[in-house]
Amino acid sequence: MGETGNLLLKIRNLHTYFYTDDGVAKAVDGVDLELVEGGTLGVVGESGCGKSVTALSVMRLIPDPPGKIIQGKIVFGGKDLLTLSEAEMRKIRGRSISMIFQEPMTSLNPVFQIGDQISEVLTLHEGLSKKEAWNRSIEMLKMVGISAAERRIMEYPHQLSGGMRQRVMIAMALACSPKLMIADEPTTALDVTIQAQILELINRLQREKGMSVILITHNLGVIAETAQMVAVMYAGRVVEYTDVRTLFATPQHPYTQGLLKSIPRLDEDHAKKAKLEAIPGLVPSLLDLPPGCKFSNRCKYVFEKCGQEPPLEEVSTGHFGRCWLHIHQ
Amino acid sequence: MNANGNLVQVKKLKKFFPLRGHFFSRSKSFVQAVVGVNLEIRRGETLGLVGESGCGKSTLGRLILRLEEPTEGQIFFEGEDILQYKAERLRQLRREMQIIFQDPYSSLNPRKTIGSIIGEPLIIHNIGTKKERSERVLRLMEVVGLRPEHINRYPHEFSGGQRQRIGIARALALNPKLIIADEPVSALDVSIQAQVLNLLEDLQDEFHLTYLFIAHDLSVVEHISDRVAVMHLGRIAELAPSDGLYSRPKHPYTHALLAANPIPDPSLARKRILLQGEVPSPINPPPGCNFHTRCLNRFDPCDKEVPVLREVEPSHWVACYLYGPNP
Repeated sequence: MGETGNLLLKIRNLHTYFYTDDGVAKAVDGVDLELVEGGTLGVVGESGCGKSVTALSVMRLIPDPPGKIIQGKIVFGGKDLLTLSEAEMRKIRGRSISMIFQEPMTSLNPVFQIGDQISEVLTLHEGLSKKEAWNRSIEMLKMVGISAAERRIMEYPHQLSGGMRQRVMIAMALACSPKLMIADEPTTALDVTIQAQILELINRLQREKGMSVILITHNLGVIAETAQMVAVMYAGRVVEYTDVRTLFATPQHPYTQGLLKSIPRLDEDHAKKAKLEAIPGLVPSLLDLPPGCKFSNRCKYVFEKCGQEPPLEEVSTGHFGRCWLHIHQ
Repeated sequence: MNANGNLVQVKKLKKFFPLRGHFFSRSKSFVQAVVGVNLEIRRGETLGLVGESGCGKSTLGRLILRLEEPTEGQIFFEGEDILQYKAERLRQLRREMQIIFQDPYSSLNPRKTIGSIIGEPLIIHNIGTKKERSERVLRLMEVVGLRPEHINRYPHEFSGGQRQRIGIARALALNPKLIIADEPVSALDVSIQAQVLNLLEDLQDEFHLTYLFIAHDLSVVEHISDRVAVMHLGRIAELAPSDGLYSRPKHPYTHALLAANPIPDPSLARKRILLQGEVPSPINPPPGCNFHTRCLNRFDPCDKEVPVLREVEPSHWVACYLYGPNP
């Protein structure tokens, strides 16, 4: 898909379903994504669009039951992760691929010192002794910008602020120098000034370590400032995929256009306080999706062809869209 | 000072929450949530209140509603000191001001139908007959964009955006003059946020409402507000008309907030002002200007005395020594 460089991750035709009492929720329904070494892929979408489930599928952390990866391929460094055994997968998690979550308080263990929690990764994956791991943990904390790391390392998660906890999570995620870090809404729970610090930190560490990043967020501003490639997801599918400048300059899919128009922007003229152009209707429930194009019931350009599901096609060089308006046949 | 244009006027308002100390500790400590705030809300305007978590913006909103009792200070509503109000007067006052909460999931009773949630304020205040009340509920549902057949459904059957509409309908039920909207769109999806913001604007025109719009998202506040107050650790750092605040910010904290807010345009090369360090604790705020520990422009007087909010341009107020010493 339109990108050059060494591919680190290739997701093909991924389907992850959840079998609930109310029916089958097709959380991820045919997702294709790829990421080059050292690149940043932004995945943007609203709640229930499947962005987090895609990430959890890569980590093979889908709770089963009710969830199941039905089909597809997740090729990471030449290996299909979906064919690995649980033991093999455990060696990859935290070492080659690590993940940070939205709410750092619930992802840290409240009864262990943060030093123990960072050290655990190092003793487990790198075979360091306890003492070595502890010293490396102090280095990691310094690297993520925590002052007085020697003292902080003995503290418990509740003693830290939200921004600090997220830094600890990042230190833990980076302890084994992973090739890929998946950040799932890493700054959503934080204040704007702290958010700017954390995004800057992720950018800096990525440059220094040559790591690849998947950044999952609903915030288009965060995407614009950090990602190189962007996938827009809607109802379990990628509806648009291209580089960040093209996406914001010439969005193709009506959903992407709608999203960009519906956010109030600080950089626009203050005098004209125009109405926001909202996307009508509701974010659809995964149990009750419209037939054909999943956005058709909210789309202002809907026409008869939308009764069939459009494929994701290259509409111009390196720009992929899933909309009949742009597919030339 | 009590001009006719002011619906609400807040004078030297303070709210300290006591912290339970250790059993043997003598000195009692306080969370200084709101520290001497002076503020006016003009009739018919939308006053935005922004700041980071813990800056006291929600507490200020709750104080105005008298959901919290202030430690010190005065609150005037239509020229009357509402802190003197007791029982019945207070209940009357509640008809005039309503609140919309952030989390539409926890602010609606899950065991009640939409109809009874929206109609409850009418029952409490003994308004109309049963038939009139149900007509009013249906009218309110129509106004906020809910379908009449939803009246007997329960909150769990609705999405976040629809629940927020239910909360708005409930707030409108008594025809209030003032609505305090505490982060009304921050729990909603991006495409739904715009719907709710547009709805709030339409309702303001239709019912001549005055809003105190509390939020942490600067772009949302800029969009909806006529004037904006920036709060930092319980104090107002800057207060100005929306366009003036965003095009000519004065306070270094406002500068930093604006610079930290990511803008959805990758072609824009921007200079980030990265604040160092954390938000100071409101239990033990720094002396002098409480922003000086993170401020890039701090100089001599900043850690000594609290800067006073002063008017540096017509209706543009700022509390910062960069604009001269305290008057």
